[in-house]
Amino acid sequence: MKLTPKTATLLVLVLLVALSPVLFPSGYYYRVGALIFVNAIAVTGIVILTGYAGQISLGHAGFAGIGAYACALAPVHLGLHPSLALVLGAAISGLLAFLVGRPILRLKGYYLGVATLGFGILVSMVLNNERQLTGGPDGMEVPDLGLRGLLKDAGLDLTNGQFWYFLCGIVLILGAWLALNLFNSPTGRALRALHGSEVAARTVGVDVARLKLQAFVISAVYASVSGSLLALQNKFITPDVAGFMHSIEMVTMAVLGGVGSVLGAIFGAAVLTLLPQVLTVFAEYEQLVLGLVMMLVMIFLPQGLLPSILRKIRGRDE
Amino acid sequence: MSVLLSVEGLGISFGGLRAVNEVSFTVRPGEITSVIGPNGAGKTTLFNMISGVYRPGSGRVVLDGQDVTGMAPHLLARRGMSRTFQNLQIFQSMTVLENAIAGYHLQERGPVLADLLGLPSSRRRATQAQDGARKLLARVGLDRAAEREAGNLSYGALKRLEIARALALSPKILLLDEPAAGCNAVETEEIDHLIAEVARSGVAILLVEHDMKMVMRISNHIVVLDHGEKIAEGDPASVSRNPAVIAAYLGTDAETGAAHADG
Repeated sequence: MKLTPKTATLLVLVLLVALSPVLFPSGYYYRVGALIFVNAIAVTGIVILTGYAGQISLGHAGFAGIGAYACALAPVHLGLHPSLALVLGAAISGLLAFLVGRPILRLKGYYLGVATLGFGILVSMVLNNERQLTGGPDGMEVPDLGLRGLLKDAGLDLTNGQFWYFLCGIVLILGAWLALNLFNSPTGRALRALHGSEVAARTVGVDVARLKLQAFVISAVYASVSGSLLALQNKFITPDVAGFMHSIEMVTMAVLGGVGSVLGAIFGAAVLTLLPQVLTVFAEYEQLVLGLVMMLVMIFLPQGLLPSILRKIRGRDE
Repeated sequence: MSVLLSVEGLGISFGGLRAVNEVSFTVRPGEITSVIGPNGAGKTTLFNMISGVYRPGSGRVVLDGQDVTGMAPHLLARRGMSRTFQNLQIFQSMTVLENAIAGYHLQERGPVLADLLGLPSSRRRATQAQDGARKLLARVGLDRAAEREAGNLSYGALKRLEIARALALSPKILLLDEPAAGCNAVETEEIDHLIAEVARSGVAILLVEHDMKMVMRISNHIVVLDHGEKIAEGDPASVSRNPAVIAAYLGTDAETGAAHADG
């Protein structure tokens, strides 16, 4: 039996999430794993926006910020359970993406990049400046999700690291499943079509403005959920989550791994989350080596790490 | 037979330059109407105005009795207008089959939530479109290339793929912008047959073409443009004898004389 790419990708993901802990030398690695998954969730959204629809955003950390601060603020001010705060954050992010996306998705290429950049900076400025509400640059505490306690009562006793590792892993698998469903669906096909040629997509009846907006909203929700999980996991949040560097990180992870494929982008998230930890041996030259690695990948493997590697392997088979 | 598309006094200027001026003609179902003219005569510009890519500066486009002047291309698609492009506009990184399925967008589209969740309704829509697309690919002789990436196809095959994608909309009118440009004799003949067959099925065809032999062979009606103006109109025989047309294609006596002097 031949596996469809969708089933194969999901299978790989499930096995990775379930079996990786066997190799963990210490509990610390659960935390690294959870961080990879959190990043990978946001990057999966970027795959839908950039890989499928061909639209660029340099401001998606803004949505991560909204998701993160929703989990910090809504439980305190609205009395919502943190899990509902995550849902509220996703809804606000989606709505905001809808409102912001309408005018700016008319722009193309660099112009769209700059406009989304402006949006991200705006969110980051609000979070930094509204001290009474957000604590400003010092950040603020985030209430406990409380789910781990419930699991313990039910007889499943996980360490904090294990709990977040598996929770984020499950959310990532869910997110990847949705993105893979979309890829081969009528909507996904229309998104990829407008990526290939906007004018041709229009002539086959694709409402280009509407579809770009859908992709933008969906990817914003991914970023928001990623931000929420980060906040809930760390129990503390600063405006850095909405910062420019975080936006760039998301796009870099997606492009480095291979923005056209869900698995590739997740691979990119893993590499760029792990690399700084590995590169600490270079001490003060860490950033330099990181930049060098990224440049070399883009020069020699322009399709991204995973697609290029897979192509090499397949090429040898044939 | 009744008129399907009527172009009434269509005109447009680019930066003060009148690219197309006061062009009028009609297109009927089942007929092949060709627009010809020397390079830069405004043929593609005219096409882009009719298909909603450019908004006309003056005049009207009436499709099936309704004014559709300046209407967005995706709305024209819903009203039964479909087109191909002079410079291929293929979805390069998608497979041949996916390109053809994309033509069924209006039939297969549905709620985005159903598509995200992979609901049975979404899969049913996709499967129906896929069945239609496979039949269309067989019709244009591309069924064996279905799973290949479109970017790897030969030029002639891509031209046919574009026509297949346009036919997927089951259009009432099909606009073909130089469908045989860059094709060899065999490919041209294949496309030739395909167009004639589509016209026979009752679709109105509006054609811009450089290949004179092809135009004369398959057209029912010919509109001749020169410098953005309509200079002649009629059946192939009468157009080919028209002195204004001959002058436009071969140059007027004065120009010919000057060319000789230069040479």
